[in-house]
Amino acid sequence: MRRLALPLAALVWVAVWAALRFGVQPPIPGQVMGLYMSITTVAILVYVLADQERTRAFLAPLVALLRESHLAVPRLGVLIVVPLLLGWYTYDSVRPRFDPPFEARTIHPEPPASFRLHGADFDVLRGHRPEGMGVNAQNLAAGRRLYYRNCMYCHGDYLNGQGHFADALNPLPANFRDSGTIAQLEETYVFWRVSTGGPGLPDGATPWNSSMPVWQDFLTEEEIWQVVAYIYDATGYTPRESGSAEGH
Amino acid sequence: MAESRGWPGALSGVRGGILKISLILAALYLVVSLLPHVFEVADYRQFPVIGSRVLVWCLAQGHLMFAGFVLGVPIFALIAEVMGVVLKSERYDGLAKDFTRLLAMSYTITATLGALLLVALVALYPRFVAHMEKVFDPTWGFYVAVIFGEALFAYLYWYTWDLLQGSRKGWHVFLGVMVNVLAIGILVITNAWTGYMMTPGGVEGTELAITVTSRFDAFVNYAWMPLNIHRMLANVCFGGAIVGAYAAFRFLAATDDEERANYDWMGYIGSFIAVAAFIPLPFAGYYLGLEIYSYSQQMGVSMMGGSFAQLWILQAILIGSLFLAINLYLWLAMGRIPGGERYRKYQAPVLVVLATGLAVWATPHTIIATFAEMKAMGAAHHPRLGVLGLMSAKNTAVNLMIIATFITFMLYRRGNKRATSAFAVPGNWIQGVAFVAVVVGIVWIGIYGYFVPAAVRVGLSKYQPLMVGGFMVLFLAIEGPAYRGAKSLGEIRWGQMPRISQYVLFFLAVTFTWLMGLMGYIRSGIRQHWHVYQVMRDTSEGAYIPTHGFATMVVSIIVIIFFLFVSMVFALAMRSELRERRAS
Repeated sequence: MRRLALPLAALVWVAVWAALRFGVQPPIPGQVMGLYMSITTVAILVYVLADQERTRAFLAPLVALLRESHLAVPRLGVLIVVPLLLGWYTYDSVRPRFDPPFEARTIHPEPPASFRLHGADFDVLRGHRPEGMGVNAQNLAAGRRLYYRNCMYCHGDYLNGQGHFADALNPLPANFRDSGTIAQLEETYVFWRVSTGGPGLPDGATPWNSSMPVWQDFLTEEEIWQVVAYIYDATGYTPRESGSAEGH
Repeated sequence: MAESRGWPGALSGVRGGILKISLILAALYLVVSLLPHVFEVADYRQFPVIGSRVLVWCLAQGHLMFAGFVLGVPIFALIAEVMGVVLKSERYDGLAKDFTRLLAMSYTITATLGALLLVALVALYPRFVAHMEKVFDPTWGFYVAVIFGEALFAYLYWYTWDLLQGSRKGWHVFLGVMVNVLAIGILVITNAWTGYMMTPGGVEGTELAITVTSRFDAFVNYAWMPLNIHRMLANVCFGGAIVGAYAAFRFLAATDDEERANYDWMGYIGSFIAVAAFIPLPFAGYYLGLEIYSYSQQMGVSMMGGSFAQLWILQAILIGSLFLAINLYLWLAMGRIPGGERYRKYQAPVLVVLATGLAVWATPHTIIATFAEMKAMGAAHHPRLGVLGLMSAKNTAVNLMIIATFITFMLYRRGNKRATSAFAVPGNWIQGVAFVAVVVGIVWIGIYGYFVPAAVRVGLSKYQPLMVGGFMVLFLAIEGPAYRGAKSLGEIRWGQMPRISQYVLFFLAVTFTWLMGLMGYIRSGIRQHWHVYQVMRDTSEGAYIPTHGFATMVVSIIVIIFFLFVSMVFALAMRSELRERRAS
């Protein structure tokens, strides 16, 4: 088995690549695919290096290819093909393309300490849902009405980001059912995002191209809290709780 | 060497060391006192070419690295010395002395870098220093006194090593305890300053118009204790890795088998210390992150989901690489243990766990994708892989990687033993059942975390490391009786390690250092445009987040400079040891 260390290593590498390339749909983006294959390569090398006899067996065909006189023709082939492949890879990496560039978009931009809400300051870091705007049946019903009147067209009737207009938008509307969106955030964060929309994105939220409207221009503070309560209730998530820094 | 020339030589060595530290402190006092008279009044001053921020960044990180080393090494030097006393082993005593040998020169470099940092801060960021002075003024004098005491005891500890042997050994151990007590004192004082900059407390007002309402709250701020725990563990881990690198350097430079065997052993102990402290480190880091998030969702979101999120992918790759390297070192080390070949069959499954764990840990939540890829996914989150981007998956992966590494280490320990005890078979069964139970438990908590509110999920996450810790304790408790009186399959052939194993030790040291620099940048960077978060704004030219490329480049340069200094320390330590050997 050890004699076959090199071909087996190559086989494992190809098998992992094929499983990831064809076994996961939609296709894994290049960034993650590169990461996974790098990890696979390193893991295989670690396995080879972990045992000296295995290392020798792995290297034996490569050493033979470079040294043995009867392998002169394949050696020449390798010495021509490998630089050509590297050259092609380099060319392919740097050649001009017409695809839109990557967008290193920050999905959860850091919130500001406070923002202007209907002419007054709202403290995002230490603020909380005001008394009288609690999560109750009446507010949830109002939130549901507001959601289907205003938000559903983009965020979808199932709150999964697949609304009627979703396909026309870039970036795509947030999927509230994804455990990586509102489930990770405090309620004041979501309140801030709804209130200030795309134009309220902070400096760090490149490329600032969210099409989310500034909802405080259309809704009252109470209505925004009602919508926030509804999207949490409808998805079954609860907002992240902030710790208390009181006394510190 | 001074210690070989009796008490006069030892006292002269201590005097010389103290004189060096005193001169540095006196020069520092003089320079800091003169600076306000030299410069015109200003909030900020610019350092030429590289700018003030990069200069302070390099000095602070370089100082912190050396400080981490000189605070971490005495902990395990003392432990090795105590083990030498308890086991009546000269070998452990020699090892402890070798560890300490590296400290003498490092203290001078640490003090010099600390002094340069303070001068740079006073000269370039006077307004910030004025603010810190208002809050922490009483701690400055105390800090200098503790540094002085630390240096005094450290030099005494080193120079009296050979003199305080035999019946006087207790006094030497006492000196070692004092070195550690004072080192911890330095750590907690500086952590109070750093913690205050992130999670300030005990003050009212902003900028320079502040009133200190409670100096205690300013000192014992929100991030203080998590920082203490995290840095304490990290220092031991880092110190172990650097000591391992020194041993590797000596192994490769060794001219005879005895020397090679000795440094092979030292490298093993160094890496063992690094790994032992490394295992709880991710949890200490998680605790620190959790506290930061609890203090401010703004800093929490910047760190985990905002500007700094992609750097965590880099962190995952580095830590995953450390896990791979540690396992590789242990497997190579098993090659010099008669009977170690019995456990080769576990290499592949352990590697599968490590590689899969690393893949999960490094999967970004928000993927950098082309427009076409984004369209295909339907969002910036991949519908299948998106779940791997959350903490539930990552915590699960880390815990499984820790268990896999622990198993490798236990197999290494069993390498040349064949159990003969009647308890061996049932003991193995209990260990096997516990292993399956803990793996199922960890995976179950990981999956369950997706179906509960964030508060419950965060609360649940602590049960995973508790299960891992419980499993390790149970495993070790069984291992003792199960392998009591075990038949030896032969002695460990110390020194017969492939050379590549020593480069793995270098890799560990460099990766730990780089990781320290990267995480230090993230921790500091999440304050963004604040010197003191929400209390004192940074209005200097450098008040912006640099690109990740620039930041990682600065970290890399710091690491290179650090290792240039460390190489110097290694060379001096080697010269000192050879001189001592020739003299004896």
